[in-house]
Amino acid sequence: MSTDQYKQSFWTKYIWSTDHKIIGIQYGITSLVWLLFGFGLMMIMRYQLAYPDTPVPIVGALLGEGGLLPPEMYNSLGAMHGTIMIFLGVVPLAFGAFGNYFVPLQIGAIDMAFPKLNAASYWTYFAGSVIMATGFFVPGGAANSGWTSYPPLSEIATMGQTVWLIGMVMLITSSLLGSVNILVTVIQLRTDGLTWMRLPIFVWTQFITAFLLLLAFPPLEAAGVLQLMDRVVGTSFFMPSGLVVTGEVMTNAGGGSPLLWQHLFWFLAHPEVYVLILPAFGIVAEIIANNTRKPLAGYKALVYAMVFLAFMSFIVWAHHMYITGMGTSIGAFFQTTTMIISIPSVVILTALLLSLWGGSIRFNTPMLFALGFIPMFGIGGLTGLPLGLAAADIHLHDTYYVIGHFHYVVAPGTIFALFAGIYYWFPKITGKRTNELLGKLHFFFSLIFMNGVFMPMFIQGLAGVSRRLADGGQTYAHAADVIYLNEVMSYSAWLLGLAQIFFIINMVISLFGKKTGEKNPWDATTLEWTDTTSPPLGHGNFEIVPKVYRGPYEYSVPGEKQDFTPQSKKV
Amino acid sequence: MDIPYTVKNRPDTGLYNGKLGVWLFLASEVMLFGGLFSAYIFLRTGVDDWPTGTEYLDVPLATLNTLFLISSSVTMVMSWASLKLNDFKKYKLYTLITLLFAFGFLVIKYFEYSAKFAHNPPYLPSTNNFLGIYFTMTGLHVLHIIGGILVIGYFYGPGSKMWNSDPERFTNRIEIVGLYWHFVDLVWIFLFPVLYLL
Repeated sequence: MSTDQYKQSFWTKYIWSTDHKIIGIQYGITSLVWLLFGFGLMMIMRYQLAYPDTPVPIVGALLGEGGLLPPEMYNSLGAMHGTIMIFLGVVPLAFGAFGNYFVPLQIGAIDMAFPKLNAASYWTYFAGSVIMATGFFVPGGAANSGWTSYPPLSEIATMGQTVWLIGMVMLITSSLLGSVNILVTVIQLRTDGLTWMRLPIFVWTQFITAFLLLLAFPPLEAAGVLQLMDRVVGTSFFMPSGLVVTGEVMTNAGGGSPLLWQHLFWFLAHPEVYVLILPAFGIVAEIIANNTRKPLAGYKALVYAMVFLAFMSFIVWAHHMYITGMGTSIGAFFQTTTMIISIPSVVILTALLLSLWGGSIRFNTPMLFALGFIPMFGIGGLTGLPLGLAAADIHLHDTYYVIGHFHYVVAPGTIFALFAGIYYWFPKITGKRTNELLGKLHFFFSLIFMNGVFMPMFIQGLAGVSRRLADGGQTYAHAADVIYLNEVMSYSAWLLGLAQIFFIINMVISLFGKKTGEKNPWDATTLEWTDTTSPPLGHGNFEIVPKVYRGPYEYSVPGEKQDFTPQSKKV
Repeated sequence: MDIPYTVKNRPDTGLYNGKLGVWLFLASEVMLFGGLFSAYIFLRTGVDDWPTGTEYLDVPLATLNTLFLISSSVTMVMSWASLKLNDFKKYKLYTLITLLFAFGFLVIKYFEYSAKFAHNPPYLPSTNNFLGIYFTMTGLHVLHIIGGILVIGYFYGPGSKMWNSDPERFTNRIEIVGLYWHFVDLVWIFLFPVLYLL
């Protein structure tokens, strides 16, 4: 048993650790800090949107002259908000933190397949995220061409864009290392008896997510290298001939294509949507099965739907590009694939919804967040359908409707699922319980204010208000009737920020609370709850490596004494 | 407690962890170079006049380089086979030859690049998109070659001590490095006709 019999210093144990649990916690803390930071950027932007050209309170001194937020800086904050939330926040939390901590535990492995690679992956992510943040301090500020970095704008942008690209290349490298590790771990290290169809859904989602990261990210790395070449060496991959910037013809050779970037970017960025949502499905499925005390409805349908979803996600990317002048036949292809990919999403959501039917539901904090996830993601998904059809998209493209749509998917969708996961597994990681009252307050206020922020975006978007307007549409005729919503959204956003204080306080006081000694407080069936202590032993996880004899969600099995039958219980 | 299947194959997959890991890594490399080749096609079909490789590039030198890389792949396999046959001396010899071929490739690439820069007017990545994509793709490939040299060099030198303590694991490591090296070779087999001949 290698439960740290030799003495380790603080540094070797907590900083340069190769234990998947410590690395998972490192990922978790780092990504939560970035989430808060990215949210902070947005709260500043929302002040500018609600009250254009008035000094921003509290943080105004850090911004421009007189505490105002200049338009260039608004663009920086927007681009960095998107980048930070997705690449530094949600993905590292969903995949890096949860995947690292719970995949080995759920499959009965003592660690990841490559512990050192795992640490390297975290530190590459950390370094990449720090590089990304240094963009704020270079001349011209951080990247300001949107999180999509479309050329030619991004090619003539200030130095922050180069920093952004270098940061991205590091983040992509990190996710490459992480995804290889998860894939090998799941394929090679499943314990005896844990067949593919006995895997918890959470492990399936991490496995499929890893495949998406492995295969979708490299084309963006290629695109990033090409854009770096354009910016640093002066090539013209994305620069068309005869581009005129502020009245002057650019001197570069030309002959390149801005559309090439869009293709390479969206080839990653559409599968990225499923990278964001699949781990959320996994977490929600675990929590719903556990708190309805019955097996998930349609386990196999869920698995096949997710595999199909992942496959399809590689052939829908150009639905982000309908207004680039593509031919109708190409458009028809991508509209068809987009409609097809909505089918597995509906299968998954339906399975989760049906799982509730006939269950004796326990309404604890993780379950509330999981239940909140279902309708919120439903709104996000359904509002995406009009965007997938070219005729509707021509009106809606680049409006606030799009912003509302993908935020419903990611914010009250994925982030709710991540909160659910944090509350659900907190007792496993720390051996302590979180406060239920604070958790419920956190949930209900978050639910109300999330909708307060994002629902009005649909109204503004349908009216035709464009995204990325630094004044919130003051000078924009389409916005005249709906501009009052800016204040509603901004107040909701700030109150949403305040609601997170419940979460932070809850985490802090729970961490300093006393250990409960229960290893399986939720009466769950999967290995991480039934076969190891809370928190799990040091490097090694299990006292005796468990064997698996049954499926993952055997709740309320007739004839059993308890209403849960552990996976490791002999038949 | 050790992590299982670091050396032995897992029965149902027939692979040890490292080998599976490298295959997955190579899958992502296929997507990386696939992205660049797609970019090449996109750029080339998007303009009316695209130079043929022979206008700028030195085909004889590149042919020699192709031979170097193919030979190095052969010696790479031989070095792994020698370990399988328990012949450490032969392993050392073949690895040394592999390294020499790899260095030879870099030397020729150096002469090729410097001839471009020395040309009057200089042929730079910024001159046109053909040269741009040429320098980007071959440059990225050269970085892969350098990475390979570092790893093969490590297992030629200090890393080869593992042969005495854990020969099976060491043999596996050489197999993995070989897989990577063949991939780098294969990329060149695509780069050579696409950039130089078409």
